[in-house]
Amino acid sequence: MLWLAVLFVLPFYVILSVALGTVHPIFLSPLPVWQPWYWSTEHVRDAVGKIVGPDAFLQPVFLRTFLYVAAATTLCIVIGYAVAYYVARYGGKRRTLFLVLLIAPFWISYLMRMVAWQGLLQGDGYVNRLLTATHVLGEPYNWLQGRPITVILALVYGYIPYMILPLYGQLDRIGQNLLEAGRDLGASPLRTFFRVTLPLSKQAILAGTVIVALPMFGDYYTNDLVGSPKTSMIGNIIDDAVNSTGQGPEAAVFVLILMLILLVPLLYYLRSTAKAMGSA
Amino acid sequence: MTDTVLAPAKTRVQTQPRVGARRFRRWWKNPWRKPRFLEAITWGYLAWSIMPVLIAILLSFNRGRSRSTWQGFSLRWWTGDPFDSLWHDPELHSALLQSLRLSGMTMLIAVPLGVLFAIGIDRWRGRGSGTANFVMLLSFVIPEIILGIAIFLVLRFLLTFVELGTTAQVLGLVSYQLSYPVIIVRARLLSIGREYEEAAMDLGASPTRALRRVLLPLLYPAIFASFAIVFADSIDDFVTVRYLSGPSSSEPLSVKIYNQARGDPTPAVNAAATAMLISAIIAIVIGVLLYRWLARGQRAGVREFAAQV
Repeated sequence: MLWLAVLFVLPFYVILSVALGTVHPIFLSPLPVWQPWYWSTEHVRDAVGKIVGPDAFLQPVFLRTFLYVAAATTLCIVIGYAVAYYVARYGGKRRTLFLVLLIAPFWISYLMRMVAWQGLLQGDGYVNRLLTATHVLGEPYNWLQGRPITVILALVYGYIPYMILPLYGQLDRIGQNLLEAGRDLGASPLRTFFRVTLPLSKQAILAGTVIVALPMFGDYYTNDLVGSPKTSMIGNIIDDAVNSTGQGPEAAVFVLILMLILLVPLLYYLRSTAKAMGSA
Repeated sequence: MTDTVLAPAKTRVQTQPRVGARRFRRWWKNPWRKPRFLEAITWGYLAWSIMPVLIAILLSFNRGRSRSTWQGFSLRWWTGDPFDSLWHDPELHSALLQSLRLSGMTMLIAVPLGVLFAIGIDRWRGRGSGTANFVMLLSFVIPEIILGIAIFLVLRFLLTFVELGTTAQVLGLVSYQLSYPVIIVRARLLSIGREYEEAAMDLGASPTRALRRVLLPLLYPAIFASFAIVFADSIDDFVTVRYLSGPSSSEPLSVKIYNQARGDPTPAVNAAATAMLISAIIAIVIGVLLYRWLARGQRAGVREFAAQV
């Protein structure tokens, strides 16, 4: 229990103390206030005022984050489900190959994969050349200058492996006989899919969604590498605040806000996974 | 079927689409038809996921400065260029060593600790074990930025004797990576069951001896899989490590790549990323080979190794 406390409660208390603390008057470094009775809510009010209220210039960032995460997660589910379904049901002899290829992105660092896209998406990069050569685009598109579509697709690219594997695991476990039973009882393939396969894989979809969506909320690097301030997300505000002087408490407040946002899905995921592991 | 009865009265041209429609319907109802559409998506996805990386690796051998256009083969960004290449840029060079040092140390600390935790949680009946489980799963889903900043603030204000730099980085990485060995070893423990150990103790072995002589060898595959995973994953990490870096000499390759990729990158960044990729792959390959060798006699292959992940 001790290491639990050290690992968990303590950091939380430190973040709280920094968030509710003050800033050194000269060096502008954050000064945490340890005693709860001296806590001031000044910085909290400041930071919250930037998100809601009359002059909430950070509000678009929060809305944007929700939008991007929702779009990217949806795409992850759609593409991921198709791929996982195909490999689980029709993988056949090639299944090992498929699995190796599906797991490969885990061992290729996120940085490497974003660096790769940086090259491809440049003005004279291969994406533009392909699209102009096939006349999809009339002229090269500057993908890297804060385009929402670039950031969303990059997020999908970065996180989709984490969606496919749980889905595959679950779909692989659904017996062929269940599907055949559905067909024998007169259901069309579509109906079998919606009445048998989909309900049986609901759990995995939810788990995958949480595994993919939660880290996306804290993502700042994708945006730093292929986006611009025009597409910045919550993670970017936190990262900027941590790296600039005088904004220590603000960073801590944003971290707390992010934690609050993520608390419900987080608890849901932990509970269901712990249950699944307990019964396994 | 009724429309087929009506059909002969009409001209041939008009029946044509109906035949097509029927053929489509038969094709659609055939449960053994090939799923062309899904197949296309799958292969498309795989190409989409792998191709960019291959192109990036290729471009690290570019002759020119561009990271987007192929200008001929050279080793300029690996060894040739006296200033900017991976091998000669003293910063990148030392960063590579720092990366290897960090992930090596993280691996050596996190895995033994994780194995002990896993055995502990497995034996721990009663209150608290659920919470311990929670914490282990937490680092999979919590955004890394939250963990990184939390550890950063703790070290900065509470445990001030730990200076930012290698020690802090290893501390951060260990707490972030700890859950991999715990979860992998625990899954293995669940599948082994307690019977072997009980048998050993029935035959007169003390609990510690049973643990060391029976349980531990059975766990070797899981342990080596953890070694490989922790190493490969911590060499790629740049979020936690970046917050915990002290002077710039303590920044590992991943952080350098990140900083350069935001600035004005040359193909040397691609070369550095490729070097990182190669170290991770070596770790994984060694892991798979050891796993196969240790788990010989049991069902063992890439797929089972993957199942451990």
